[in-house]
Amino acid sequence: MLRCESLTRTFLSGGHELPVLKSITLDVPDGSFVAILGPSGSGKSTLLGLLAGLDRPTTGRVWLDGVELGSLSEDERARLRGEKVGFVFQSFQLIPTLTARENIQVPLELRELEAQKRADELLGRVGLSGRGHHYPAQLSGGEQQRVALARAFSHRPRVLFADEPTGNLDAATGARVIELMSELNREVGTTLILVTHDQSLAARAGRIVRLHDGALLSDTAAA
Amino acid sequence: MRFPLLLAWRESRSPRRLMLLMASVTAGVAALVAIGSFTRNLQASVRDQARALLGADLAMGSGAPFSPRAESQVAQIAESGRSGKTQPEVARVISFSAMAYVPRTAGARPVQAMAIDGGFPYYGTIETSPPGLWGRLGEGGGVLVDPSLLTVFDARVGDTLSLGESKLEIRGVVTNYPGDVGIRSALGPRVYFSSKDVAGTGLLRFGSRARYDTYLKLPAGVDAQRLADRNRIRLSSERVSIRTVTEDQRSLNNSLGRLGRFLSLIGLVALLLGGLGVASAVRALMKKKMETIAVLRCLGATAGQIFSAYLLQAVALGLAGSVLGAVIGVGLQWFLPRVMRGLLPVDVAFAPAPAAIGTGLALGAWVAGLFSLLPLLAIRDVPALAVLRRAFETPARGRRDWLRLAAVLVLVLSIVGLSVLQAPSPGAGIAFAASIGIALGMLWGVAVLLMKAVRRLFPTRWPYVWRQGLANLYRPANQTAMVILALGFGTFLLDTVYLVHHNLLRDLRVGGTQGRPNLALFDIQPDQREGMRALMQREGLTADTPVPIVPMRIASLKGRTAGALLAEGTATAEGPPRPGQPNRWTVRREYRSTYRDTLGSSERVVAGQTWAPGSWKSPHPADEPVPISVEAGLAKEMGLGVGDLVTWDVQGITIPSRVASLREVEWARFEPNFFVVFPEGPLASAPQTFLTLTRVSDPTHRARLQRAVVEAFPNVTAIDLAQVQEVIEKVIARVSLAIRFMALFSLAAGVIVLLGAVAASRDQRIREGVLLKTLGATRAQVARVILAEYLSLGTLASLSALGLSLLGGWALLHFQFEAPFAVPAVPLAAFSVGVVVLTAGIGLMSARDVFARSPLEALRAE
Repeated sequence: MLRCESLTRTFLSGGHELPVLKSITLDVPDGSFVAILGPSGSGKSTLLGLLAGLDRPTTGRVWLDGVELGSLSEDERARLRGEKVGFVFQSFQLIPTLTARENIQVPLELRELEAQKRADELLGRVGLSGRGHHYPAQLSGGEQQRVALARAFSHRPRVLFADEPTGNLDAATGARVIELMSELNREVGTTLILVTHDQSLAARAGRIVRLHDGALLSDTAAA
Repeated sequence: MRFPLLLAWRESRSPRRLMLLMASVTAGVAALVAIGSFTRNLQASVRDQARALLGADLAMGSGAPFSPRAESQVAQIAESGRSGKTQPEVARVISFSAMAYVPRTAGARPVQAMAIDGGFPYYGTIETSPPGLWGRLGEGGGVLVDPSLLTVFDARVGDTLSLGESKLEIRGVVTNYPGDVGIRSALGPRVYFSSKDVAGTGLLRFGSRARYDTYLKLPAGVDAQRLADRNRIRLSSERVSIRTVTEDQRSLNNSLGRLGRFLSLIGLVALLLGGLGVASAVRALMKKKMETIAVLRCLGATAGQIFSAYLLQAVALGLAGSVLGAVIGVGLQWFLPRVMRGLLPVDVAFAPAPAAIGTGLALGAWVAGLFSLLPLLAIRDVPALAVLRRAFETPARGRRDWLRLAAVLVLVLSIVGLSVLQAPSPGAGIAFAASIGIALGMLWGVAVLLMKAVRRLFPTRWPYVWRQGLANLYRPANQTAMVILALGFGTFLLDTVYLVHHNLLRDLRVGGTQGRPNLALFDIQPDQREGMRALMQREGLTADTPVPIVPMRIASLKGRTAGALLAEGTATAEGPPRPGQPNRWTVRREYRSTYRDTLGSSERVVAGQTWAPGSWKSPHPADEPVPISVEAGLAKEMGLGVGDLVTWDVQGITIPSRVASLREVEWARFEPNFFVVFPEGPLASAPQTFLTLTRVSDPTHRARLQRAVVEAFPNVTAIDLAQVQEVIEKVIARVSLAIRFMALFSLAAGVIVLLGAVAASRDQRIREGVLLKTLGATRAQVARVILAEYLSLGTLASLSALGLSLLGGWALLHFQFEAPFAVPAVPLAAFSVGVVVLTAGIGLMSARDVFARSPLEALRAE
């Protein structure tokens, strides 16, 4: 499903090169649940960005569902994401001027597909049936993250990237969101890539990839 | 395309933030719709009232009595215009200026006399008070007058009016005369009387200036235009012009159209400034939307889809703003007739003009979309990765950003295209677009320089609040240059119009200027010179040496007869001359030339050489060409150069002449200026009249003198130059008012841009103000920081505008009007201060946002 080879990413900062990722090679099979674990600054989000096609590596290659991302233009990547990728972010990243329902509809509307029925179905699935007309500012953090989850799954993506999905939530709410995410993941059969610094969260995954200082420390099955 | 439409619609649901973007184009569209609708309504009124404006189907006119051949042609035209047994009706009108007075009261004034024979006007209703008097004008022995005449002479109906040597009863007033331009009465009230009484006035004698018109009312079904076209050339060779209702209407509508388009150009400036406001608002919006755009990219939106959505939004908001502008523009039509009062020949009905409204809406939406293009291109630079991290490397663009270049090209071509569409001619449109570009560029340059100067000469010793306010002018993401540009341009326009207006009037001023004549006495016959000198002496006045005026016509030009020159050309309405041919009016008109051996103070030789003084006082061979000096502008119209030959017909005597020199004349000066000057000698015994100038400081004495002159010499016209100046001032003031009225829209657009800039920096200002409050600043101190910033902004805008207007005003006065330049310091300073106060006031209004938030609330929101 997802594969990368000798992936490196270097940034220029103040005229100096800053290596953030050092030669990462990974192979993620279809339907698996992988946690990318590491302390702050270890390169987790950078790796996520490269795997999701949000960024271009300095060297190395990425394949997503058999398509080599390096050969695609920005718009082609965007279209690929729209078709096959879902995202859940730490800061929810809902569009503030759209209602909860409209936020969920966006990935389907981008592909000119029927959206409203699916949005209502997912709103019910995440327990927000009566809140579809509310704007993000009118929802709590947990509710916003549930809307983000619904949006991420609306188009039945092949892979879901979650970047610290519970980082801005309290423990109880975070646990509920993770539970929901796992349920939806099982239903849709998506490959799930979870980036976190939380050991207990990572333990729920079937495989843990540890990063430290931009390098792959270990890649093991969860205990 | 569905998603961009959906996104554009959804993003526009919170209108508060988008109001300023919407309002940016409102002022410009209001201006364009107002002037466009007004012009169209005016042209429609001219079309409806065209027949009444001419008063007949055909009009033939000349500056001299019709020659026998011309009369014969008129008779033939009348015969050709017959339909069955029905003959055309013929009326004659002689129009001339004369002095008049009312014996019962004091004073004497010039009037415009119209002697009418026949049923003129055949179309349009003339209303009189008492009613029904117009039809009885032919009885003779009495006059009908403009109501202003009664005011001017303190007279009443029933009084006697002395006109030349006649005493005529004032029988009533004309309360409505079709096509009368109100301001014309300032030149002299109209007096209408029967042509039976003309001879008795003794006013139409040698040297008198009069217009002779013959009007025809044709039977139904007779084609006036065909008659005119068939006879135009023959009449022209007799120096008689012919015109029809259609030609008059077309000519008037063309002139009105050109005026409308000129004023629309100023409205266009307001719209383009509004476009800057749109660009500024969209740029600020894109900054706010960066995260949303990154999220959309993550979710699969292409740059094109997002670009389309926000472009649609900008165009839709521009359209909404344009609708508001159109409503205001339609409402403004109520004001425009009042602004133009006295200058319009027709009554204008108030009606929305769909074409003008449609054009305004389309232009508003187009400008909104156009000026959004460049800031929206920033969407390409928002990577999806921004959802994960804030600071990242921006994608490197290739050396040439073709899309940006294309957007700039579309912008430039559109501005030029819009200017060409609105301008009276394509050349004027291109020149206008270039001028706007140069002015904006210079204003931008001045703004940047001033800001650099502020930075360089930063007043480190000033109190903190002032230093903070000044520093805010060049903080990151500041809108200083944009505000100076938009606000400054509106101010620049108003300053420049005022400067030109002030200096043109100053140049014309005669009243207060010591030594310059302020009373001109025309048409003094040779045998009246001595009597006039004695009268002046009795009044204790000195008069300038009388200036001889010899009426003459062109017999031939560079070897070709006037008749042949006039006979050439098209058979249809007068058009521009063919290359190498003189302009027809220069060949057809009567010239009033003088003779002297010295140059006047208002002229200078620009080509050739004048003759030696006295060199032509002794007789020369009759066929030797007399050297003449011709005014440079006239020479250009005639295609004349130094050395060319012109033969003159001076009351039947032919005088050959050669152009010895060309002169530039300051026509704006109230001095005896002439197109053609002969040397002393050859015209000494030609039939001539005289003009003399004198100065009478006291207005009462001046009025008494006018009365004394006209009583002693009824044919002499005494013009009070102060009154002429008053009329010219009124006309210039009206035109200036119209231009300033339009320029106000530019200032309004500038204010909206300022409001947009204030809104764009709102969050930053709240953050800053809240931090200051947290650190211990009082509300007064925070307010002073904001005041310092906006006072500085307003001052920079005013200074930039003032500097540019002084330069622009000087250039216009020097090159276009050839008038001297002086700075009206007090009014300009007062206006500049006004702009500064307005800017500071708007800025202070934004302080409410800062005071409304508690520090904790704002810090939490971070």
